[in-house]
Amino acid sequence: MTATPEETFDLRLYVAGATPKAVRAFANLRKICDEHLAGRYSIEVVDLVKNPALGRGDQILALPTLVRRLPTPIKKIIGDLSNTERVLVGLDLRPRRASA
Amino acid sequence: MSKSVNQHNEIPKARTGIPGLDDITFGGLPAGRPTLVSGGPGSGKTLLGISFLVEGAARFSEPGVLLTFEENAEELAEDVRSLGYDLDKLIREKKLVVDYIHVDRNEIEETGEYDLEGLFVRLEHAIREIGARRVMLDTIETLFGGLKDSGILRAELRRLFRWLRDKEMTAVVTAERGEQLFTRQGLEEYITDAVILLDHRVHEQISTRRIRIVKYRGSMHGTNEYPFLIDRDGITVLPVTSLLLEHEAPHERISTGIPALDDMLGGKGFYRSSTILMSGTAGTGKTTMAAHFVDAACARGEKCLYFLFEESPQQMVRNMTSAGIDLQRWVDKGLLQLHADRPSRHGLENHLLQMNHSVELLSPDVVVVDPITNLMAVGTQADVRTMLTRVIDSLKTRGITAMFTSLASQVESPERTESLISSLMDTWVYVSAEIVGKQRDRQIFVLKSRGMPHSDEVRSFRFSSRGIELLPPTQPPANAPTHGAKRSARKPK
Repeated sequence: MTATPEETFDLRLYVAGATPKAVRAFANLRKICDEHLAGRYSIEVVDLVKNPALGRGDQILALPTLVRRLPTPIKKIIGDLSNTERVLVGLDLRPRRASA
Repeated sequence: MSKSVNQHNEIPKARTGIPGLDDITFGGLPAGRPTLVSGGPGSGKTLLGISFLVEGAARFSEPGVLLTFEENAEELAEDVRSLGYDLDKLIREKKLVVDYIHVDRNEIEETGEYDLEGLFVRLEHAIREIGARRVMLDTIETLFGGLKDSGILRAELRRLFRWLRDKEMTAVVTAERGEQLFTRQGLEEYITDAVILLDHRVHEQISTRRIRIVKYRGSMHGTNEYPFLIDRDGITVLPVTSLLLEHEAPHERISTGIPALDDMLGGKGFYRSSTILMSGTAGTGKTTMAAHFVDAACARGEKCLYFLFEESPQQMVRNMTSAGIDLQRWVDKGLLQLHADRPSRHGLENHLLQMNHSVELLSPDVVVVDPITNLMAVGTQADVRTMLTRVIDSLKTRGITAMFTSLASQVESPERTESLISSLMDTWVYVSAEIVGKQRDRQIFVLKSRGMPHSDEVRSFRFSSRGIELLPPTQPPANAPTHGAKRSARKPK
């Protein structure tokens, strides 16, 4: 059940300050989105250091966490998003392989 | 480890407020440090942690944060509400924060490096919000099921416990009991300040819960397994004995309610706050003896609590009327409470707990358990002895005089049948009946009575409309048990 091409992706990236992991995750995310979701994505970066209460809503535990808010269902990907293949699987842009 | 640590120079402690637990830990959990509480499913570890938090928030001005990975906050509040804790109220009063972290491996994709900073941020936020001094993590091992990279997880947990120490949070970290280790994930490697194990066993359909302090760095602690109870008031730990025998030993004497029996006990009756065993074969008048004792106590204006395991209160009151003892008037005056129960309905521990509750509520001067033998049928011998020791200990600490009736078997000698409990008793009165000619001849003698001269006579007695009447002394039969002159000569301390 991969997402249909027309859908707009509403993404939120949770970080805690501009840590190297956070910076890396954001760069990786931008690159992936530009390549695979050009023109139909939005990224909101939530810094939990500034807004700690926001971590509750999306059940944030690990950082960085990427949350796909739209299209539903909500998906979460944790880590610096360095493995493009897994990010695409996590965003439902690639079918999940049996081994994944 | 420092050898200079002693009882008076111990590390700071945070009281849990859990009755008994603060006794066996000599004051509570290590303040500003994490304590690991491990146990199997249903062993009560979550409740222990919540009690620690709630008591801290409500009684010790130490607000708390509960970070749970287990249930959501509503379910949790519901569960503990049934135990008398109102989490919502504490949350409204900003004394408690409950944060629920749901982790589902199937919902999370992992790619590349991450850490658990989100957990730290949320925890710190919650701590700041209410100025928390206490933290509970329940059950952090759930994370091992939710996240794939256990290497990261271990490193982060190590960091978390260090962080809690740096923040000087008194923390309870619950964990699942492992096969070989105290915890499934070996968390005891990270938390070395204090480790508490909980255990829940079912033996002959009776459940028993035990708690053991495996480790407590820088502090003395009780090392036994202590039974504990979970009931409508939460957790109660029952120290087997309060590690020191330091009850008050009053010199005051109180009447048995039967003047002739007082005479046999040095002319003055029992010692106040002593324990009395009233044993004998069936139908010899043990309950009547106890009723006399209670009647006399109430007449002095003292409060009595009478636990009945064979009769209903109404039956008891009616039967005693025929012996000329009017118990109803004491019930009406609020001086006497009769509690009837069937021991088989609950485990031993529940019984003990209910008895403790009643004792706490009434603060009686005198307690009667009639008969103690019915309780003894419920558990194993070791359990019964342990429990009785605890009952007696708690009664003595409160200065209560306690009488236990006991049904002795006809065949065996009293010394043998009751060896289990007799050593716990200060005074032991034995009643028996034998058929002499065409009637039963009832007899009474004092088998022992610590710290007072007492009669060696075996006295016959009978029931009249004025209750039990001892007949004038006769020569004791040749086979009557004799007992220590040494003992009777011993002076009370």
